Amino acid sequence: MNEKNNTLLIYTLLYFGFLYVPVLFLPIFSFNDANYMSFPLAGFTTEHYEEMWSKRNLHKALWASIKVGVVASVISTTIALFAAKAFARYKFRGEKISYGGIMMPFLIPEIILAVAILIIWVNLGFKLGLVPVTIGHTLFCTPFAMLILIARIEGFDFSLEEASRDLGENAWGTFFRVSFPLYLPGIVAALLLSFIISFDEFILAFFLTGSDATLPMYMWGQMRFVQKLPHVLALGAVIIVFTTFIVLLAFWLRNVGQGKAKKDIAMKL
Amino acid sequence: MIGFLKKIYAKHDNVKAYSLLSPALILVILAMIVPMALMLSFSMFTQVSMMEIDYTFTFQRYIDFFQKKLLVTLLIKSIKISFLVTLITLITAYPVCYYIAFYVKKNKMLWLVLLTLPFWTSYLLRVFSWKIILGTKGVINSSLINAGILSEPLTFLMYSETAVVITLTHAWAAFALLPLYVSLEKIDFSFIEAGRDLGLSRFEVFWKITFPLSLPGVIGAILIIFIPTVGDYVTPALLGGTDGRMLSNMIQAYFGKINNIPLGAASATIMLTTVVLITIIVSNVTKKLTQRLT
Repeated sequence: MNEKNNTLLIYTLLYFGFLYVPVLFLPIFSFNDANYMSFPLAGFTTEHYEEMWSKRNLHKALWASIKVGVVASVISTTIALFAAKAFARYKFRGEKISYGGIMMPFLIPEIILAVAILIIWVNLGFKLGLVPVTIGHTLFCTPFAMLILIARIEGFDFSLEEASRDLGENAWGTFFRVSFPLYLPGIVAALLLSFIISFDEFILAFFLTGSDATLPMYMWGQMRFVQKLPHVLALGAVIIVFTTFIVLLAFWLRNVGQGKAKKDIAMKL
Repeated sequence: MIGFLKKIYAKHDNVKAYSLLSPALILVILAMIVPMALMLSFSMFTQVSMMEIDYTFTFQRYIDFFQKKLLVTLLIKSIKISFLVTLITLITAYPVCYYIAFYVKKNKMLWLVLLTLPFWTSYLLRVFSWKIILGTKGVINSSLINAGILSEPLTFLMYSETAVVITLTHAWAAFALLPLYVSLEKIDFSFIEAGRDLGLSRFEVFWKITFPLSLPGVIGAILIIFIPTVGDYVTPALLGGTDGRMLSNMIQAYFGKINNIPLGAASATIMLTTVVLITIIVSNVTKKLTQRLT
């Protein structure tokens, strides 16, 4: 279509506004020198940010979220890498059902996953805490990681791997010397995005943490008290900036090398 | 023996695929299917006292559910809210995807990344930012009062079904944008040109060609918005008040302060079954309708 459509363009820009403006109010009010979040702004302050240094519970929750996020993202990306390879490389029986099953945690309401894990965990006699949260997050992150990795793996010609086999490299050698370096940007992207999903996840944590709060749980607890809201805003603003940075990095990594590698293959042919 | 196994391994794609898939399948079975099966059996038990559960099988919890007016009302309300959210998200996101798929020439990926970026910021924070906007002393009310347009804050904005629908529409936008864009992007433009050449109006081209071809994306979006939003907890808890309460808030209460785990499990089971059934019906009807259109 060569024509322009200004009505649609204006609508699209308005939609962008709808998506972005609400999120921007958090950082704006985090610098506001008042306890209420209303206009007009009362004055500029960084006091709410300074407050964060002294909150010990916040530091504990941050550490808990980092631990859960790192473990969940590493395990889910590893599991997803194998699964993605199977879907990208082979045609096999039960392919659709297996795919549906692995994608399922992404579709089922989270509260149901949370409740189901809660029941089994408590009835096995275990204590609630960061371990069941990590299990839940691993389950929840795997489909995301797998989608990213399938896209990455499908972008490559398997003849590279076959060539490596023909040249006498064994399966592990082929994996570590040929496939792994090619997949690496995708793997890092999957790790980063899984980490962010886990880092921000609330429902599973809400049901399964017991007394070891993660960062979203900590924020949830603080949101009830009006006088504590400004410092939640400051924390929220920091989290938004951090998340955006990581996600942009992941998006960039996901595309890096893909075009070039394809070009290289095309050149050789 | 090992040589024999190696031979089987080398020959069969099935064996290779499943050995690669096994960690993921084990995870799904142990962390999802087994727990959900246990949840299903708990829905057939009876809570005797705070700590005690009677493990004889009974369907009484399901009868309890449908006899409690509150639970049935909340189920219907949850479905209604999700339905509205799905519909509004689809209708508002469609033109955006249409624009990017057909009118944007350069850097389509950048547009898409920018569209999905807000989705990656914490869900809790996104919901919370709507509280800042819609609250009695929030952005909208304080601005309107300052401008002298209102003397009293608008109360229907906050703690209502409307607040829940607006917030969820914002929160789930990315799940409509991605499948819609992918299906629109795949459409072979020569079909549309052929339609134009045959003298169809813009409207006819859209209804008879573009829309039916984008249907996989529409159904995909229905699936990944309608099912999860029925079970949303955070938005109704933060913004719903009593008017915008959903079934999840009750389920949480059954596992928390009310402590009736079997009834909570039965409610969760009923919620999931209902929403899956409705989704199957809706996507089939959508498919049939478009077949008739074309």
